[in-house]
Amino acid sequence: MLLNFKNLLDQLPGALVQGMIWGVLAIGVSITYKILDVADLTVDGSFCTGGAVFVVLLTRGSNLWLAMAGALLAGMLAGLVTGLFHVSFHISALLAGILTQLALWAVNLIIMGKPNLALSVRNYDLLVSLRYLQDVVKGDRPFYASPLVVLALFIAAVIGLLYWFFGTELGMAIRATGSNIQMAKAQGINTRLTKVLGLMLSNGLVALSGAILTQYQGFADINMGRGAIIIGLAAVIIGEALFSRIFRNFALRLTSAVIGSAIYFSVIQTILWMRLDANYLKLLTALLVAVFLAIPHWRESLRALPFKRNGA
Amino acid sequence: MLRINQVDKTFNRGTVNEKKALISLSLELKDGDFVTVIGGNGSGKTTMLNAVAGALTIDSGSIHIDDADVSSLPEYKRAPYIGRVFQDPMMGTAAGMNIEENLALAGRRGQRRGLSWGISQAERDSFRSELKTLNLGLEDRLSSKAGLLSGGQRQALTLLMATMKCPKLLLLDEHTAALDPKTARTVLQLTKTLVQRHSLTTLMVTHNLKDAIALGNRLVMFYEGQVIIDLEGTEKAQLTVEKLLAMFENIGSLDVVEDGLLLS
Repeated sequence: MLLNFKNLLDQLPGALVQGMIWGVLAIGVSITYKILDVADLTVDGSFCTGGAVFVVLLTRGSNLWLAMAGALLAGMLAGLVTGLFHVSFHISALLAGILTQLALWAVNLIIMGKPNLALSVRNYDLLVSLRYLQDVVKGDRPFYASPLVVLALFIAAVIGLLYWFFGTELGMAIRATGSNIQMAKAQGINTRLTKVLGLMLSNGLVALSGAILTQYQGFADINMGRGAIIIGLAAVIIGEALFSRIFRNFALRLTSAVIGSAIYFSVIQTILWMRLDANYLKLLTALLVAVFLAIPHWRESLRALPFKRNGA
Repeated sequence: MLRINQVDKTFNRGTVNEKKALISLSLELKDGDFVTVIGGNGSGKTTMLNAVAGALTIDSGSIHIDDADVSSLPEYKRAPYIGRVFQDPMMGTAAGMNIEENLALAGRRGQRRGLSWGISQAERDSFRSELKTLNLGLEDRLSSKAGLLSGGQRQALTLLMATMKCPKLLLLDEHTAALDPKTARTVLQLTKTLVQRHSLTTLMVTHNLKDAIALGNRLVMFYEGQVIIDLEGTEKAQLTVEKLLAMFENIGSLDVVEDGLLLS
């Protein structure tokens, strides 16, 4: 069996688009994982919630942007639930996220009415679609209709907004909560409120990412969010491992999560191109995340080695 | 000013580890009092500070700041009244945030935090001149992460953050204990300057008897959850380490001196 290199090149734009869509999720994940210092598993549920709400709103006649806003709000609501479980029920953030995730599985089914909802690109004007990507290649649509361009602009806007927000008094209070909760309380910050706000913002973005993926692939599916948190973490961690020394600025750090996501999907695409069984992907992803999480610590111990030798 | 009235606090009640940390503790501070607090390990000094700050809830009794009953307020709602510096230099500042961001966070203590910009240019200028008075060169490092600073620099920064809004009460919890002797002296000198400049009512817990004697207008000693020595005015001014030790002997509690108090 020969591997056709041109095939891989043909598939790369698609992988990049996937990477950018999941990059929006990665930005959301970095708000909880990097800023609030919490691993929030709500994501696996709220990603699908975003897609579900979007399809239902759009197919019932809502405008594209209203449907996107609906998805954003639904995701924020999911974050609110996790936040309340955490700060009012005093459940650890990890467990609170798992509880919401479980509950959302049922909620998502209720929203969609069935496990899978199709969204025909012929009937609606969408922000991005796999079809548009192919049309641009064929020359049937102008280059600026390409999902690559649209998503780049969309992500730039999201990062710009977040850059502004985390520079405001409220945004700084959220960052302080994640950086040193003791200090935050001593400075009069209501850390229960800031935690909930951070979780809401994060899940809002995750749901938005789900709504965009739904448009791109043309359907929402009850299982579309399975493992989403791991992909988000993979993107954040890859981005950080590669760029943390170059990118100091907050906006650039968010960008590095998106680049991390694009790299992740390119690697996955390459693995698929090598005709590896797609069923092994989740196993590979889990191992990849584990290794990238370990790298900073291994790096530390490697650095310490010469001293140990000298001492002995 | 500060009125601690009949406060009790027991940890792990009903277990083998039950520990009565505060026993019907009463202590009253007048406006402008600078009280140094000494006592052995487990005598209740830090528990008292945490109870005042709201970091832990009390079992009974009441705590008033001015006329406000703060006994049941959560920590963040007491923060407008209180500036705090902790023993652990890591605890007072957000390591992942810039020096100027840390200062700006402290500058908004007790205010609603909305969507206006987190730091203004005017603030930046005032931070620079404030930091200059510390003589640590921090005025040129406004955008450095607080986590990059040394322990002494972080305590100095925390002191500035704690005092900049002129709180009604300044709580210092062995804030020089984790520093080397030279840095500890610098931070202590800074403490004195800042407390005087803003005439702050201050509670300073310390392990160091000399510091406890040298600073402030009043000295209290904790023993088993209560105040057993309370000296002020000339009595405090004429105090020496030897006199203090003699007092301990009279009370029959010289053991508490060996139990963690520093005589140097």
